[in-house]
Amino acid sequence: MKRLIYELGESWKIAAAQMRASKTRSILTALGVIIGIVAVTLMGTAINGIQTGFDKSMSVLGDDVLYVTQWPWKRVDDWWNYRDRKKIKTEYAETINRMIEKAPNSNLVVAVPTSSLMRSIKYGGNEVENVFTLGTTSDFIITSTVDCKEGRFFNEIESRGAANVVVIGYDVADALFPSESPINKSVLINGQLFKVIGVNTRQGTFLGLFSWDSMVAMPLTAFNKYFSTKSESDVRVKLKDKTKLADAKDELTGLMRRVRGLPPEKKDDFTINEQQAFKSTLDPVKNTIAFAGLFITGLSLFVGAIGIMNITFVSVKERTKEIGTRKALGARRRTILLQFLIESTALCLVGGFIGLSFAFLMCSGLGKAFPDFPIHFSVGLVLMSMIVSVMTGLISGFAPAWTASRLDPVTALRYE
Amino acid sequence: MQTLDSIRPPGSIVIDIENLTKDYVMGEEIVRALRGVSLQIRRNEYLAIMGPSGSGKSTLMNMLGCLDTPTSGRYEFNGKHVAKMNDDELAAIRNREIGFVFQTFNLLPRSDSLRNVELPLIYAGLDPETREERATQALRDVGLGDRLHHKPNELSGGQRQRVAIARALVNQPSIILADEPTGNLDSKTGAEIMSILETLYEHGHTIILVTHESDIARHARRTVHLRDGLIESDEFVQPGEVPSLAYT
Ligand SMILES: Nc1ncnc2c1ncn2[C@@H]1O[C@H](COP(=O)(O)OP(=O)(O)OP(=O)(O)O)[C@@H](O)[C@H]1O
Ligand SMILES: [Mg+2]
Repeated sequence: MKRLIYELGESWKIAAAQMRASKTRSILTALGVIIGIVAVTLMGTAINGIQTGFDKSMSVLGDDVLYVTQWPWKRVDDWWNYRDRKKIKTEYAETINRMIEKAPNSNLVVAVPTSSLMRSIKYGGNEVENVFTLGTTSDFIITSTVDCKEGRFFNEIESRGAANVVVIGYDVADALFPSESPINKSVLINGQLFKVIGVNTRQGTFLGLFSWDSMVAMPLTAFNKYFSTKSESDVRVKLKDKTKLADAKDELTGLMRRVRGLPPEKKDDFTINEQQAFKSTLDPVKNTIAFAGLFITGLSLFVGAIGIMNITFVSVKERTKEIGTRKALGARRRTILLQFLIESTALCLVGGFIGLSFAFLMCSGLGKAFPDFPIHFSVGLVLMSMIVSVMTGLISGFAPAWTASRLDPVTALRYE
Repeated sequence: MQTLDSIRPPGSIVIDIENLTKDYVMGEEIVRALRGVSLQIRRNEYLAIMGPSGSGKSTLMNMLGCLDTPTSGRYEFNGKHVAKMNDDELAAIRNREIGFVFQTFNLLPRSDSLRNVELPLIYAGLDPETREERATQALRDVGLGDRLHHKPNELSGGQRQRVAIARALVNQPSIILADEPTGNLDSKTGAEIMSILETLYEHGHTIILVTHESDIARHARRTVHLRDGLIESDEFVQPGEVPSLAYT
């Protein structure tokens, strides 16, 4: 073992000397690895970014909230089975809340009704079209992960009294009130005036996924008063303990069946969704992107590896006589093998390091150019690319190093 | 012709070969480079192997140096059967027991003298301080104390061969094998190299030398003539007049 460490150390010195002696060649060869590592690292960062973006967008849904809906949150092949289901009514929330109160060991905290529509919003000369307009109760903030940047969410009195108040998303506020505070200003929705009482903290949008920034929320009572037409309604239910998700889901299913008055032989005519289920429908897409991306960029690294293998073969050929001399002076097969393996690995490591530095610079640049895209240059990524470089060096150097170690000393010495 | 005893007290047997053969297969044809060579070499002998080109001198030398394995025959080095050794054991013998000096010097072109001489010590696993110390001493011994950090291309032919001799010596081997060490040198530098070998011999080293030239062979105390892969003659001789040149 000690002997091996000694040999490794000596081989490093030889490798370093070899690289210094043929700088141009080393740099050109390492270039392949540099490009490969840049590509793989950037792709890794992008995939990480996509992951973070998805997670962030998903967090709007909350990981401790169940959603009772007519349609499931996934693609269904038998849509006709869902089409004729009864709509989910906002009144269910009250019924469920009463049931929760009566059940002492309930896993559920509170049910909140939501209705939504797309509406235009105006203030002065500014207008934003197709804003996701949500009607709900004051309990909504219990189920939500979003805070107010300015002002507040509406309270129970406003909620019950159908007050004309709205809480608006960051982007909506930005578009309507570019240079003033929106608080206590009145905006026009569907010809009705609503007083702005709160602005949400910026959440950021990602790949056009649903975001708080472009929506508004108002009391359900007011919502029903003005936009009774064709709105979509759901009921969301907050859990006590998110680790008991399955229990809570069963409980809620029971409650909903009672609400709907379903006899035992009938199937559920509603769906209970949670964030995780939604995530898992997106996972295959995400994984395909990740796999394809890494595969394609991996190819460029592969080309780099072939370059290293090629140059190591050339190096072995050129130094055949040297190998013979080394063997005559007592180098063992293992020593020669190590020497060439380390030479190719050193090249790859240097290439990997330079590539990583480039990738880091490019990431910082991209991060500045697209602030919405969550770019993270993680320690894990650095480690991974260094490991990939070392592996590339070992794998591409192995065949030539093996050839070198097996050379017959006399043949090698005679080589011209 | 004299007996060995009259020159020096006999040492123990280092090399003992019997009926050694070596065939090279070249397609259809088989080249019989050695056809049954028997030889005993004792510690502190100075032996020259002579013979016409193609007679098998280098082949025999490679065999003695454990660089090559015989086709048949017995070879004992310090009482151990070489045929039974694996690759690592052969490498260890080459490293510790044998010092090679090549006609073409075979120095590593990009390393300085010190680093070249250190090589066998690296393979012996010595620590850097000891290595440098011993390599420096070996270079001083061949008169190159002031050329430690010269690369081979910054040295003359004779100096290169002296670096090679220092490298062969540095691990204190049982024998030094020199295959035409003066073949690439002019006669004056050749004489310098020969006087170094002479001094090594006087200090108790065992030297085996391959040469074409009888002038060079005259330095040895014993001459083996090869012809067509067989020993033609094996005789002990008085050394010719060797001027005891100081190294410089
Ligand atoms: N690797 C090999 N393959 C085939 N034949 C070989 C090989 N090595 C040596 N020979 C043959 O073996 C014979 C002896 O060669 P060797 O090199 O031992 O001669 P030598 O006595 O050293 O000659 P020189 O004085 O020219 O160096 C020659 O006929 C040569 O052609
Ligand atoms: Mg020869």
